[in-house]
Amino acid sequence: MTDKPDLSGLLRLLGPGIAELLAGREIILENVQLDLAELQLTIPVGGSPVILPGYPVTGSQPSPANASGMASGIDRSRWPAELLEEPFTPVTDTYPARIREVTLGATKGEGGSRGRNITVGGARAPPFTDPCVHHVHPPVIAMDVFDTPFPMPRALKSHLTEVIDDPAAWARMNVEKYGADMVTVHLLSTDPLIKDASPKEAAKTVEDVLQAVDVPIIIGGCGDPKKDAETFIEIAEMADGERLLLNSVTADMADAKTLEPVAKAADKHGHCILAFTGLDLNSAKELNRRLYQFFPADRILNDLTTVALGYGLEYSFTIHERARIAGLMGDAELQHPTISAATNAWSAREAWMDLGPRFGSPDFRGPIWETIGSLTLLLAGVDLFLMMHPLAVSTMRDVSSRLITEGTAKAAEASWVNARI
Amino acid sequence: MAEKKKGIREISPIDVYKLLPRTNCGECDVPNCMAFATRVVNGEAVIDGCPPILDLRYKDSYDRLRELLAPPVKAITFGALRTATIGGKYVLQRHEFTYQFPPPIAIDISDDIDPTSIKARVHEIAGFSYGYIGRTLTLDAVAVRSVTGDAQRFGSAVKQVVESTDLPLILCSHDPEVIKAGLEAVGCKRPLIYAATKENWREMADLAVRYDCPVVASAPGDITLLRSLVRTLQACGITEIVLDPGTFGDEGLAGTVYSFTAIRKAACRDGDPLFGLPIIATPIAVWTGQELGEDQNRWQEAYTASILMTRYADLLIMHSLEGWTVLPQLIWRFGLYTDPRKPVSVDPGMRIFGTPGPDAPVLITSNYALTFFTVESDIKSAKLDCYLIVVETGGLSVEAAVAGRYLNAEKIAEALRESGIEQKVNHKYVILPGLAARLSGETEEASGWRIMVGPRDSSGIGKLIREHWPPKEDR
Repeated sequence: MTDKPDLSGLLRLLGPGIAELLAGREIILENVQLDLAELQLTIPVGGSPVILPGYPVTGSQPSPANASGMASGIDRSRWPAELLEEPFTPVTDTYPARIREVTLGATKGEGGSRGRNITVGGARAPPFTDPCVHHVHPPVIAMDVFDTPFPMPRALKSHLTEVIDDPAAWARMNVEKYGADMVTVHLLSTDPLIKDASPKEAAKTVEDVLQAVDVPIIIGGCGDPKKDAETFIEIAEMADGERLLLNSVTADMADAKTLEPVAKAADKHGHCILAFTGLDLNSAKELNRRLYQFFPADRILNDLTTVALGYGLEYSFTIHERARIAGLMGDAELQHPTISAATNAWSAREAWMDLGPRFGSPDFRGPIWETIGSLTLLLAGVDLFLMMHPLAVSTMRDVSSRLITEGTAKAAEASWVNARI
Repeated sequence: MAEKKKGIREISPIDVYKLLPRTNCGECDVPNCMAFATRVVNGEAVIDGCPPILDLRYKDSYDRLRELLAPPVKAITFGALRTATIGGKYVLQRHEFTYQFPPPIAIDISDDIDPTSIKARVHEIAGFSYGYIGRTLTLDAVAVRSVTGDAQRFGSAVKQVVESTDLPLILCSHDPEVIKAGLEAVGCKRPLIYAATKENWREMADLAVRYDCPVVASAPGDITLLRSLVRTLQACGITEIVLDPGTFGDEGLAGTVYSFTAIRKAACRDGDPLFGLPIIATPIAVWTGQELGEDQNRWQEAYTASILMTRYADLLIMHSLEGWTVLPQLIWRFGLYTDPRKPVSVDPGMRIFGTPGPDAPVLITSNYALTFFTVESDIKSAKLDCYLIVVETGGLSVEAAVAGRYLNAEKIAEALRESGIEQKVNHKYVILPGLAARLSGETEEASGWRIMVGPRDSSGIGKLIREHWPPKEDR
């Protein structure tokens, strides 16, 4: 074949900027041939298979297994002469309750400065189980920005060299180049054990990001229940009306008596809260109950914990499935939209380690790890994904858009059977 | 009409107990029949684990138990020396009951390549393995495809494969003559036949009966036709049928997920006998979609396979043998098919590896089960003699536990104290996980032990010990 491959399909599949990535201009590909001019074309071998209506049944040799004459024992006289038609009516499940809708980000008209807001949640059934149940809001992708460098796998770092020290530029790249719906600013610098940056410094970083991009913003803390509270309260006030998502509040904050002040500040300044718990639905419900005392339920999201593929993704998958079904069945404490920190995929060694030539380059293995982790939790009902690798992001966007708008699959014989590939 | 069969979650231990010998003989390794019955309904034991009930005089009870406990999705086995069992599912959602029979992954071989290449590819498939928390993950089957459409060619390709491996086979063609040549070549290895269709069902049914092989009913994109095919094949007396509702990439992906789900729902929730059969997914189909580069196809095949594994595939045929496409499937399969009731954590406390002397290294980790198993398997593969102190972190991984303060200086100091390690070694150096490096200072203060910061990933433990143990005094 001398025809050039149709790149429009590839671009649709991989998104802008990704073909370039894949072509090796921005990342080093090992053991991978990707010269676009030499693409191997798939040539399905067409034509229907030869059907022999007069296939001689009696003339066949019995197999060794049935050499004792099984063949003559087949009573074909009872076989149907024609295909027996059998209808199928799939049952549409209806659930008594639905997942809350939470709107993130506020536009100028709404008291913020975002170009648009984004609503997540609203599900009426587990996702993709029934074509008759419309997917209310498409899954949302927020891309990560870190305010402090930390050890990162090469496959993640390679596209960040220009922006790694500049959260605003990083955020802009996430939105403009990779089409992120939202941006998460992780304020690692505030960690008392890292830089112990002041809440004011952190607020300045957030302000820069708010100016650099006009998508809704998620604020990531450092995990210290006291310091995060100070930081969140400072930022809540600074960004009054922006409808930020504070990531996250925890049971630790309740113990440290900082939950109430954070929730009240978030409420007063019109923000949303992400309640984080570790793989335990009872803890998730309990933390939500505590929040209800000071905070409106329709502005709470839940993070039930995302574990990497190979490190316990199945726990995350199952807890999300259980939470979603319980919420749809009427458990009001589990009717919050959920998020997945899909970037956690990279903590698995299989995502980044050199495992030898047999297992391919981490430049593919890493992003497929993040992709599969996110898609798995998408199937479990997660509404919002915090992601990092552009290839994983574009695949998630592509696959989720295909899953929510049921396309048409033309009924046909399986053509892979005799295709030359 | 008979009342609807009880779902696995509705069966009580009493239902099972009533049918057991009730002799409390203990031959099953639990003290009494009631305890055994409880294990059976929890999916922790099988009926055949009761030796007496296999006796002929209990045949009636045995058959009734088999009937009572039969999964709504039939389990089907193909292959001979090495077999693959598919289906056997009880439930829709994993949290209801452990998923049974991890889906075999078959890799294709086409009949248009020369014998040497066939042998090489078989060798590659059979040799693929990855060590994961003490297990070896491997591929499970070979799907031989008739690309040439030539029966003789197919027969000889199948023969090559059979001579090179014991792995179970799937014979793929829509042409009954071709399949027949394959069946002749395969001997009594009981392959899975792919596939009976609207056009060829009669001939394929004949082959399935004649050679006593399970057969795939294939109706891509037409779930009503699929159902009709199953009914027709069943009317021919065939019971071992595998469902192929079609796997579509591109625009057909949603439809694929919907039909897999509808089929499994019909089986597990409504007890539908026509759809109470294993489902085959063919991620290999993405290779016939849009004309993309090889890596794009591999990429698409990898995520399609994982989506369908999550959504009820009981068997998969893939084309790519690249490590980065296959490895995530093997690892996801392993996780998805573990017992969801298995605790996320392991008991805290001291573990001893090898025969550690007084100068042996002391390591710290969290009590999250997968962290522990990973560290354990790394220590074993590095053949280290050492002590590992497992700290109670509420079942969180090291990174999450440090962030959430579940792993802190006091906890580590306490764990060291309680382990009694001080009496076992003649030094006071402890190796902290790299992801907990920030706790070093506090921990030295709280515990009185000197901290050596370990690798961020436990795969580096062996190297660290080889190169830096014992620690140099007065660092």
